[in-house]
Amino acid sequence: MLQTPTPQRLRARKARGRLFEIVSLLATFVAIVVLLLLLADIFNRGLGALSWDFLNSFPSRFPEQAGIKSALWGSIWLLALTAVFSFPIGVSAAIYLNEFASRGRLTTIIQTNISNLAGVPSIIYGLLGLELFVRTLQLERSLIAGALTMSLLVLPIIIVAAQEALRAVPDSIREGSYALGATKVETIWHHVVPLALPGILTGNILALSRAIGETAPLITIGALTFVAFLPDSLSSPFTALPIQVFNWVSRPQAAFHDRAAAAIIVLLVLLLAMNAGAIFLRNRYQRRAAW
Amino acid sequence: MIRSFLAVCAFLSIFTTLGIVAVLVFETWGFFQEVSILEYFTSAEWTPLFSEKHFGILPLLAGTLEVTAGAMFLALPIGLTSAIYLSEYAPDGARRAIKPFLEVLAGIPTVVYGYFALLFISPILRAIFPDTSVFNAASASIVMGIMIVPMVSSLSEDAMTAVPRSLREASYALGATKMEVSLRVVVPSALSGIIAAFILAISRAIGETMIVAIAAGQQPRLTLNPLEAIQTMTAYIVQVSLGDTPTGTLEFRTIFAVGMTLFVMTLVLNIISQLVLRRFREAYR
Repeated sequence: MLQTPTPQRLRARKARGRLFEIVSLLATFVAIVVLLLLLADIFNRGLGALSWDFLNSFPSRFPEQAGIKSALWGSIWLLALTAVFSFPIGVSAAIYLNEFASRGRLTTIIQTNISNLAGVPSIIYGLLGLELFVRTLQLERSLIAGALTMSLLVLPIIIVAAQEALRAVPDSIREGSYALGATKVETIWHHVVPLALPGILTGNILALSRAIGETAPLITIGALTFVAFLPDSLSSPFTALPIQVFNWVSRPQAAFHDRAAAAIIVLLVLLLAMNAGAIFLRNRYQRRAAW
Repeated sequence: MIRSFLAVCAFLSIFTTLGIVAVLVFETWGFFQEVSILEYFTSAEWTPLFSEKHFGILPLLAGTLEVTAGAMFLALPIGLTSAIYLSEYAPDGARRAIKPFLEVLAGIPTVVYGYFALLFISPILRAIFPDTSVFNAASASIVMGIMIVPMVSSLSEDAMTAVPRSLREASYALGATKMEVSLRVVVPSALSGIIAAFILAISRAIGETMIVAIAAGQQPRLTLNPLEAIQTMTAYIVQVSLGDTPTGTLEFRTIFAVGMTLFVMTLVLNIISQLVLRRFREAYR
């Protein structure tokens, strides 16, 4: 590109540059504007329907009586069970990969596999859960089948986050512990894991906040869309907040759409609370990390 | 002892993959005992739930690709341009203010986006184009595109931030403007990371379920008109799961055959994305 630089050309290039800066700024704002529109629409439609009765009533054919009691409790149960299954397994896997495994081919395969699993569409996990937990292990369309499916879904996220937290613990800590005669297990249990714990917990909360919004796998394993009772055991049928939202959105009556918006507000508040918890932990952890 | 327990936990991820493959292969095998593989890939009709059954994946595939293409049409340019802004132009304060918004956007459950597509975007489209059906591919595409912007943006931004400063400075020293540096030096240098991000975005769009299940419709048909109702592969799986199709029947097996198709497509895309990153990465020292 041999062109004689002239003042006119320079001006034109600079003008193009300014135009491009404006365009790129606008592109960045598209997403933000849509987010604000989305929130405005949801609050506009849903706030009116939100009340104590809404949180404390079962779903109903009549929109003005319909509430999210079973869905809210279903989600809370699901979340707690998923945490119980996925936390120990995920952290154990991360500890193995980070502290014990030799840097061999097998470890590479496991690592690649974990990152590939994170890219599998969630509905595929639903098909796995349907065949494995619902049909083969005959857990039926129960809370426990849902929680096990969700655990498989969030495990890759938890493992990756926990590995990062473990990697952030400097080797000097491990060596100091060995120097005082501690065994490998003692070193990990008394020094490495406690130091990495805030980071591990942050990753876990973020993974679980993914689980609370997941709908497709639960629908695939056959979670019900209309449940007028609370789950009383691990084997009882259940529904969850996102499923309730899906059910109400899919109905033609506008009154149900308002209920869907109100349920979304509850869902977003739950998500916000979990994320705030994660950020709180992260900040505390960053202040303490003064190695 | 402890070590073996931890190892078992790590191997669980391998078993998960094997489980997924085993389940899909087993059920798909059963499906193809009754349906010819030729019909599955060439028939232009998908009517497994009707009395006259046809098992051609093409309409579902076309629906999936149509929605994905529409979403990419929005997400790739917007995502890349905003990544350029965040990595090259934005002052520190602006970046710190904008990034949380993108993170929130990425964390919103997809069922919420489905609500937005059906109850906000679709009515707007129907006001502009009166022929639009309530359920349509366009509203799902638009919302899915917006949903994917943060992913494209943050992955591309990471790739651009990794381009060393010296390259930019060399270019400035030759008299380039900021736009010229961004578009002709930084973007080409970060191209492998950007393309990997694009491919991951496509894979994510293909596997996305709730937006299309809510807003795109349940009519498997071959059409290029984005204002008509269509059905995607994922939405079909949801439709059957919600219905009362008895398990173990041929109709029920269709969801595993469709799931297999979906799994293979996303897996291939994810692997290509990793290869692009590994193969074409420019190593700067």
